[in-house]
This record gives sequence, C-alpha cells and structure tokens, in this order.
Amino acid sequence: MTSAEAAPRPVTGSGGAEPLLEVTDLVRHYPLTRGVLLRRQVGAVRAVDGVSFTLAAGRTLGVVGESGCGKSTLARLLVGLERPTSGLVRYRGEDITRLSGRALRAVRRNIQMVFQDPYTSLNPRMTVGDIIGEPFEIHPEAAPRGDRRGRVRELLELVGLDPEHASRYPHQFSGGQRQRVGIARALALRPEVVVADEPVSALDVSVQAQVVNLMRRLQDELGLAYVVIAHDLSVVRHISDQVAVMYLGRIAEYGTGEQIHDHATHPYTQALLSAVPVPDPRLRDRGGRILLTGDVPSPADPPSGCRFRTRCWKATGRCAEQAPPLAVPAALADDPTPARHPSACHYAQTRAPDA
Amino acid sequence: MSDTLRPTTPAPAATAAPAPDGPPPAAPLLDVQGLRVEFRTRDGVARAVNGVSYQVHPGETLAVLGESGSGKSVTAQAVMGILDTPPGKVTGGRVLFHGRDLLTLPEDERRRLRGARMAMVFQDALSALNPVMTVGDQLAEMFTVHRGASRRDARARAVELMDRVRIPAARERARDYPHQFSGGMRQRIMIAMAIALEPELLIADEPTTALDVTVQAQVMDLLAELRRDLGTALVLITHDLGVVAEVADRIAVMYAGRIVETAPVHALYERPAHPYTRGLLDSVPRLDRRDGELYAIQGMPPSLTRVPPGCAFHPRCPRAREVCRTEEPPSHPVADGRASACHFWKETLDDLR
Repeated sequence: MTSAEAAPRPVTGSGGAEPLLEVTDLVRHYPLTRGVLLRRQVGAVRAVDGVSFTLAAGRTLGVVGESGCGKSTLARLLVGLERPTSGLVRYRGEDITRLSGRALRAVRRNIQMVFQDPYTSLNPRMTVGDIIGEPFEIHPEAAPRGDRRGRVRELLELVGLDPEHASRYPHQFSGGQRQRVGIARALALRPEVVVADEPVSALDVSVQAQVVNLMRRLQDELGLAYVVIAHDLSVVRHISDQVAVMYLGRIAEYGTGEQIHDHATHPYTQALLSAVPVPDPRLRDRGGRILLTGDVPSPADPPSGCRFRTRCWKATGRCAEQAPPLAVPAALADDPTPARHPSACHYAQTRAPDA
Repeated sequence: MSDTLRPTTPAPAATAAPAPDGPPPAAPLLDVQGLRVEFRTRDGVARAVNGVSYQVHPGETLAVLGESGSGKSVTAQAVMGILDTPPGKVTGGRVLFHGRDLLTLPEDERRRLRGARMAMVFQDALSALNPVMTVGDQLAEMFTVHRGASRRDARARAVELMDRVRIPAARERARDYPHQFSGGMRQRIMIAMAIALEPELLIADEPTTALDVTVQAQVMDLLAELRRDLGTALVLITHDLGVVAEVADRIAVMYAGRIVETAPVHALYERPAHPYTRGLLDSVPRLDRRDGELYAIQGMPPSLTRVPPGCAFHPRCPRAREVCRTEEPPSHPVADGRASACHFWKETLDDLR
C-alpha cells in the first residue's frame, strides 16, 4: 500500500542529519471515569493518538490544527509536562518519557517551552528578573550564583527588553513584552529545543510580527530547534521548515512548507487552507473555497477508520473501515512534483489548478 | 479642536457619484458624529473614544479595524447603548439613527429599538447567552417581548430561525441549553437572535475570533448570506485584516480612540493613506508568499490614559516629524469617500508598496 521508502515510521524530517528529537507513535489518552467510590473507566479522550515525527537541530516544525486536535497535548508531552500513555520521545537517541529525577532534569534543561498566554504564564508576584532567573534555582549548574544577575540582564537584552527593567513586575509590561519575558525564561538554560504553544496568537497584529521576527533571529543566533504549535497557518508557513497538520489526535499530512501549502493532498489540509481569509480584497471571489460542514467530532468518540471521514466529501466505505496510514500515497509515489509527501488519505491528490 | 474625523461623504442631500466600490449615495442609516467616551480608572481618565465619526448606509458593510484598546468595541457599545456606566461615560458627540439622536432618546425608547431595528453579535457566545434558559426559549422571548406573539407562535418562529442559521435538528435542539452546543453552533444561535426581528443594522463585535478557521468560514458565510437576503447593514468590528478583505465594503481604521483612515476596501489595501494602516498591512504574514523578515511596527499601542500629544501614532511612525508631535492631524479628504488623519497622507499614499 505504501511506497517502500516512506513506510518506516517515523517520517524522516529535514535533511539527513541525526535527529535531535525523534517522536514515535506517541499516544496520550485521558481516562473517562464514572462512579465515586468504584471508579470505572468508561472510555478515554484520545487527545494524541499515534504521532510520529523527527526534528533536526536548528530546524522548525510547525504543528497546525484546530481546537481539540491534540496539538497542545503534544507540546506538553514533548517537554515532559505530561507522560504519554505509550510511545517514545527520543532526545539525542535517549527515550525521555521514562526518565525521572536527576536524569529527567538534565534533559529538561535542553527542551524548554514558551506558553500561549503571556498574561497567565508569568507569576504576577515575582519580578521579571526573578522569573527569568528562576530556572537557575532548579539548575544551579547552569549559572554560578554570582553570575545570575548578569545572565538575566543578557537574556533581557537578547529578547529586546531593557535590562534596567529586571526589577519590574509582569503587569507593568504589555502583552508583546511579556511574551518576550516568556521567551527569555525559556532560553535561560540555553536549550536546544524550544516548544512554543501558540506563541503569538494572544498578541495584536502589529506586535505579532515583532515576536515572530524575534523568534527567527534567536533561532539563527543560537541554533535553536523549534516546535511551533499554532492554529494560524500563515504564521506557521512563515517560520516552519516542516509542517504537520493534525486532526483529532493524528497527523493528517506532513511535509515541507511548500509541500503542505502549495501541494496539499489531504482533503482536510485543503479545506483548512482554503478557509483562511486572504488579506487582499482582489482575491475575494477567488472561488475554490471548500466549506466543511459540521464540527470536529469529540476525541472521546472518534470516527472509525479515517478520522476526517465524517466531514470529508471524498469519503467512501473504505474510509470507515481502514485508517489510512501517514505515508506517501501509492498513487503519488512516482510523482515528480512536491505532491509526493506523506498524507494520511486513501484518495490523496492535489487540487485542480484553479484552487 | 477639529479632531472629529468626518468622512468626506458630503451631506445626504448632495448627489455625489458613487465610487466604483464606494458607498451608495443614500442617506446614512447610522451617522456617528464626534463621539467621545471616557472611563474613570484608578490611573486617571481613559479617553477610549476620542471624537469618532462614521456613517453606515443601508445594506452596506463597514469594517471597523483596530487592535486591542483602539476603542472599536467601546464605540459600538456606545452606539448600541449598552456601555457600562459607570465607569464609562459618553462625554460628547451624536449617534444619529435614521436622523434621530439616540443619545438623547429616553431609555425605554432606546430599548425598543435595540433588538428590533439594531442588534448586536458578540465575540463570546457562551457569556452572551443565558446559561439557564433553553436556546429555544431565549429566541422565542424576542417575539413575545418585542412582537407580543403567543408562546406557541414564538416557539415555532424560534425553531424556524434555528433552521435558517442551519442548526441541524432544530426542533429537538431548541430544548437544549447553550453549553450543549459547540462554539460554532452557539455563534449561529447568537446570530439567529440578532436577526430574529430583521433589524436594519447589525453590529458584530469580533464574531468569529474565538472560532476555528473552518468554522469561522462557515459563520462568515452565514452572515454574508443573511445580509444579502435581509438587506441588513453590518458594522463588523475586527482586528483581522483577512476577514475585512473578504467581506467589507468600506473600512474605518481605529487607533488610540480615533479613526485614522476611512476608505473603500480596495483602495485601502492597494494604497493606504495612513502609516498605521500601511504598517498593519505590511506586518501580516501571508499564506501565499513566504518572505524573509516580517515588517514590524515598532513599539506598542499607547495606554489610553496617556495618549501621546499631537498624532497619537507618532512615537511608532517611521514618517513622524516635528509637526506630528505637536499638532493633531485633522481628517484630510484623500479622494471620494476616503479620508486620512495624517499630516503626510499624500506622501504615504505615493509610497510604493
């Protein structure tokens, strides 16, 4: 069914370099229980249900999807805030999902997170300097005590804030500045991987661009690898080397920015792309818009087979019975164009050129 | 103080030829003139709306574009008469609806207008709907209260409305409570409530911001269809340049409590006449092209208790000169149906994009 070279999972990412992060069949189910004394499990919310990918040093993976697709759970699994139900997260070859204590702490230094909401992710009773310096309390080896104040000043400067403001409190900063504080905190331990969950979606348009530019500059200067989780496809296109489109806990399509945005073969990706409003009134009646009906089904009771089939215009009986694997579709195995990339659809093909 | 920004559309009597995509030359349905709203806060008086003027013609879609704190929602609340007072207070201006000033109208008359002739759709449907009433009852209430319909009649019309906004199995779902619906469905119910009495004016405050992209497209489509069928005028308040480009006829760009530019949609995207509009357009990442560094407007929007003197945008403006720091720019007519509150609107307009 799948072409020979795409069959082995995980899908290999950018280039031939040894992957920094390798995620294999990652699953996170949240049990649904009933009863107070005798708690019985009656089901599970399948938030993440078999996700695999690799990330090379210095590269960016963008993860897009709508609410409930599991992208935020994935972020939390990657940084070790949650333990997976099954599956592996390998960092430099070592599975980090089973680590604990000192070994886990050592790995966590290298994988840090930036949160979505700069208003609730900073402790309002700590000064910005203390917030950024707090990682050093947990990882004293990262900076000797005497150096910390200097490191905090460096970090503030690095993210474009005034080092003199280290003694201020979060409420004295705007949303964009707070997000810079969150980024500085994530960078304090000089990580190799930064997982950013919707880093700009809470910010105003004019400020979003500043933060996106900052993240790109830091990547160049520090050689960071990013996993950027976002619902905004334009932002993801702008910063990602690889893009994974998620739907109901699984990756529907995976490829380079060009492959996903210009040569999407999965119906869900195509619908998602066509629904994004284009900031150009001349393209208003461009046609080719796919309007999906209905909402995303509940992850506690996902459809059988292909998860997208309940909203898909191409769905047949086969889709209900067989879950399509994430692989280069057989029909596109010899395609010379960028349409040849992993897509979890039995009927994967690019859209007609008018789209 | 000539900071009231009057769009260049002359008095209703004049018969200006309509611009290709400009407003119809009829009398405006809604004519906001020099509106001012202040909030008393601990940090002092916040001038949230500082002399805003705009007009909405029958059947037209006006997009009010602005970032948080620009005063775009407060303006709408003042127009609808649902401003929280205190701490808010309308301190000046007029809001003419069919030529009658709503601000001087007795409260009970205003209430009769609300819902019947002008209605509002909010961003957050879950907090705008009553959580302890079934959606059928909430919709039916519109007909019993405003139209004196019988309970049975009102119920039937409620179900009809739910059908109309394409809620599947409307008859059964009318017995459900708001929390039992998904975000997109709740937004449809709020739209159903807003159009229940077929108002002439609909104000939608970020109606799709909380929704997923695919659901957002469904809701915008529904709004457009209803607008076509009912001929409703729409004031769409949003920060999303994409949504604006898809649906607006005309745009009013707000910054720090003022309208800095008004223009027909095509003209604004092609050749903005205000540096702020220009900066916004340039800073949006585009799906259809991937360039290097994004253009970013430096700095951040000002606090409304400390709006900079002169042009409020001058600390962030690449074009700012001495005059911008001291003199508040009046509204300059740029072309038919266009105005810009920038001393250097001509130079901005002639910039190559």
